Amino acid sequence: MQITHDTVRDVARLARLAVSEAEAHALAPQLSAIISYAEQLQSVDLTEVPPTSHPLALMNVFRADEPRPSLPREVALAQAPDSDGGQVRVPAVLEG
Amino acid sequence: MLPTIREIADSLRRKETQPSEWMAQSLAAVRERDGAIGAFLTLDADGAVERARRLDGQPQTNPMFGVPFALKDNICTEGLRTTAASRILESYIPPYSATAGQRLADAGAVLIGKTNLDEFAMGSSTENSAFQKTRNPYHSDAVPGGSSGGSAAAVAAGLVPFALGSDTGGSIRQPAAFCGVVGLKPTYGRVSRYGLIAFGSSLDQIGPLTRTVEDAALVLQAIAGHDPNDSTSAPQPVDDWMAALERGVRGLRIGVVRTGEEEGVHPGVQAAVDAALRTLEGAGAEIVEVALPHAQYAVASYYLVAPAEASANLARFDGVRYGRRVVGETLTDMYERSRSEGFGLEVKRRIMIGTYILSEGYYDAYYKRAQQMRTLIRQDYEAAFERCDVVVTPTAPTPAFRFGEKSDPLQMYLTDLFTIPANLAGLPGLSVPCGMVDGLPVGIQFVGRAFDEATLLQIGHAYEQERGFPMPTPEVAGQ
Amino acid sequence: MSTQSVSTSAPLFETVIGLEVHVELKTETKIFCGCKTTFGSPPNTNVCPVCLGLPGALPVLNRRAVELAVKAAMALGCHINQDCKFDRKNYFYPDLPKGYQISQYDRPIGEHGHLEIEVGGERRRIGITRVHLEEDAGKSSHAADGTHTLVDYNRTGVPLIEIVSEPDIRSPEEARLYLEGIRAVMQYCDVSDCRMEEGSLRCDANISLRPFGQTAFGQKIELKNMNSFRNVQKALEFEVERQTAMLQRGEAVEQETRRFDEATQTTVLMRTKEEAHDYRYFPDPDLVPLAIDDAWLGQLRAELPELPATKRRRYVEELGLPPYDAGVLTSDPALAHYFEAVVAAGADAKQASNWVMGDLLAYLNNRGRSVADAPLAPEHLAALIGEVARDTISSKQAREVFQISCETGTDPQTVIRERGMAQISDADALLPVIDQVIAENPKSVSDYLGGKQKAIGALVGQVMKATQGKANPGMVNRLIAERIAAASES
Repeated sequence: MQITHDTVRDVARLARLAVSEAEAHALAPQLSAIISYAEQLQSVDLTEVPPTSHPLALMNVFRADEPRPSLPREVALAQAPDSDGGQVRVPAVLEG
Repeated sequence: MLPTIREIADSLRRKETQPSEWMAQSLAAVRERDGAIGAFLTLDADGAVERARRLDGQPQTNPMFGVPFALKDNICTEGLRTTAASRILESYIPPYSATAGQRLADAGAVLIGKTNLDEFAMGSSTENSAFQKTRNPYHSDAVPGGSSGGSAAAVAAGLVPFALGSDTGGSIRQPAAFCGVVGLKPTYGRVSRYGLIAFGSSLDQIGPLTRTVEDAALVLQAIAGHDPNDSTSAPQPVDDWMAALERGVRGLRIGVVRTGEEEGVHPGVQAAVDAALRTLEGAGAEIVEVALPHAQYAVASYYLVAPAEASANLARFDGVRYGRRVVGETLTDMYERSRSEGFGLEVKRRIMIGTYILSEGYYDAYYKRAQQMRTLIRQDYEAAFERCDVVVTPTAPTPAFRFGEKSDPLQMYLTDLFTIPANLAGLPGLSVPCGMVDGLPVGIQFVGRAFDEATLLQIGHAYEQERGFPMPTPEVAGQ
Repeated sequence: MSTQSVSTSAPLFETVIGLEVHVELKTETKIFCGCKTTFGSPPNTNVCPVCLGLPGALPVLNRRAVELAVKAAMALGCHINQDCKFDRKNYFYPDLPKGYQISQYDRPIGEHGHLEIEVGGERRRIGITRVHLEEDAGKSSHAADGTHTLVDYNRTGVPLIEIVSEPDIRSPEEARLYLEGIRAVMQYCDVSDCRMEEGSLRCDANISLRPFGQTAFGQKIELKNMNSFRNVQKALEFEVERQTAMLQRGEAVEQETRRFDEATQTTVLMRTKEEAHDYRYFPDPDLVPLAIDDAWLGQLRAELPELPATKRRRYVEELGLPPYDAGVLTSDPALAHYFEAVVAAGADAKQASNWVMGDLLAYLNNRGRSVADAPLAPEHLAALIGEVARDTISSKQAREVFQISCETGTDPQTVIRERGMAQISDADALLPVIDQVIAENPKSVSDYLGGKQKAIGALVGQVMKATQGKANPGMVNRLIAERIAAASES
């Protein structure tokens, strides 16, 4: 699978990474090499094999619906780069 | 050079020393020698001295009491900067502590600081740290391995008796092998992941790096066990690992996986592993040959699963609630600038691989197939464990390489071929030093059944006793 | 042509609507952490490392959230997927702390359900594609000047179910009825408050038009920001008109997202063809699979109350109520509960229905109160109904007594007694008065006998006056007619 530099740019956009033209050209062959290496999995017949999402066969792990203390607000917001009146502030989310 | 946990604990028990004295010695070692090594990203000297002083004169409650230690800097510590060696978290101070570190603190162990790693644990040499190089204590031009390179180097150089690392594809075991220390990756679910900054959530485990197998058992004893804050933490009883140590190897069956040139195994490494096997055989273990037919696909599977999970795990680093924010005109600008300037190249590469293979139309071809391959690899181990109690390979195919030597990402990935299968299958793995090649340490890896850390520690400890030669102390560690 | 294009006669196009309804579950704590779900707390006070998505924090599933979701799905007639799991839905938004939402992708808790609604006396069955459990996002407030957005994470991690309907809805009115039906079911099961004004029930719609007879769907428009049941219907009505006009002009409807603008009562464009969503779903490795075994399922099924549809049928078949009454009374569990209590206290069902739907609802609506704060206990309303049935007071008096009881809190029988409102319905007591009035008003008697039926009214009026209004007017009327008839015959 050849990953073109256009694909690199599309994927970067999806991942919210800014990639320059030069970086996209450098990344395309690197990502292609990794994906090509992974393609050896295509040669194995896996039709009847169930996937392993969890190494442990655990099921039904729950907590009870009981309140636990929340963080004090000043602690919750202490690491925020920008906040205002107890809320986190970001550039306008454009609804358009 | 700080002694082992066992030696410190014995001394404290006999009241010959106080916790403060060990802390002073550890801090002095860091100040004296870490300039040459670069193991620590953050040192909490004042806090550590204060915490140790408060233990002076208190009764020793357990072997961790009063023992200085370090944490890999992807393990969150309340009030102490935790960076994951990334610019994006350069000044991040967590409001809570990881369970594993908290359990050590509760046992009375004293944290002195946070160690270097490959950014977000993505790498095998610690070269991907955004902040500094960590050098192999045995050779200043050689990498310490990674991603827990800072923790391995700190223990090898005698700055602390032990440190915690995290292992997603070999990140405890490989640096342990490169730095000549013991590294244990517990069974997935054995140690809580709560507070470990996630890389590959279905693969990550926290574990100890120590100078001896006995010390690894002591640390595991303190950090293992169910945690209600981690849904993937196993409700498995914690064994008495100290008791397991003394059982010897007589009657144990050691499964050997044939390795050689085609896996890129250095002849010196192979020779050291073969010698270790002969030692174990001499001590009464039975050597049988086993095969893991699908292990050859482990690296390919791993480099799909881990980046896929990472691409989602690292989406939270967006400059909104914490971490580095680079101002942009629009929200998208802010996201893209913060993440592009905040993440290093390897992290970006893996996020992009993961994003790509999860995107529409590729999931079945890549992610799903990789998860199916995990099933086959797990079944390979199950079949092998019908015939043996542990599976042995070299920990890494070569001794520590030089800085810059593995510039091609794929070549770097391939160095993890012996450690990755255990992560994919969720099994415990232990690396024990087994010799020197070209002045650099070599490790032998034992992989065991799920939750059978006891047998790994039993074999590892027996091997250490029977090894017949001391691992040379690195020059930088002094005496 | 444009002026006559939107005709009020038979529509030219068939309307096709599907709704996505989000319902917040009534748990005490969030779905993956112990923070409270209280609505209206100061911003960012119900947050912790887990719901803020801090590095290293991990989710642990709230068992109660699963139970409420299963009950809701069962009540909507869904097949329950006993083996299900959680997936990560990946997208960036400031109110989504982890950069992904924990949701369910290919194994939702419930599938293949339905809801019955009644439209113009006709029953319609609306298919429900799926019901899945997920976490809510935070709340963004956009500065009026467009410079920035503020985010409050209190709502982050509140458990939600998303109920996705089939495109089975055929009119804006049906959409509103469906939504009311969903609310009723959720309230019956006590899984949610369904307060649209607090956002505990939210609705998005997909709407498209197509010529009648065409099977392929037209281009759909997504509608958002409809914050009341009425606005859902209004927004959809506006869209039907807008799209009809476009199609009649020969214009193509383009895929877009629009929002309802309350001020202008119209829909306005939010965005055109979106940047293709690619949510990159995959199983969340931080959470283990969920297995709902038969025993658990059986226990939850046993906890389900009688649901609105069953109740409605019972009211019609067993209590003999008109379907309309049954529909109104069952729309809200509290109302149905009140009605049933009135009947249980001995009142006639139809009378009880009339009182509950009439005077009681009017009283509550005028004061913006809910049935829970009804000013009159059901057994008191039943007693009042009983007094009317026994002719102790007239219907007109009863309404007066109802008002007095509601305002003073005094029970109706005490009001009747204290105010001496009881009617004289005793013939022995009334006859002397009647005979006297007949004797004193020969003119009216002869008018009546001469065929002027109305003349009897004057006589009744005299009796009422003589008894200070307490005589039972019906009885007086009857007795006067009898006495006159008896006298004229003799």
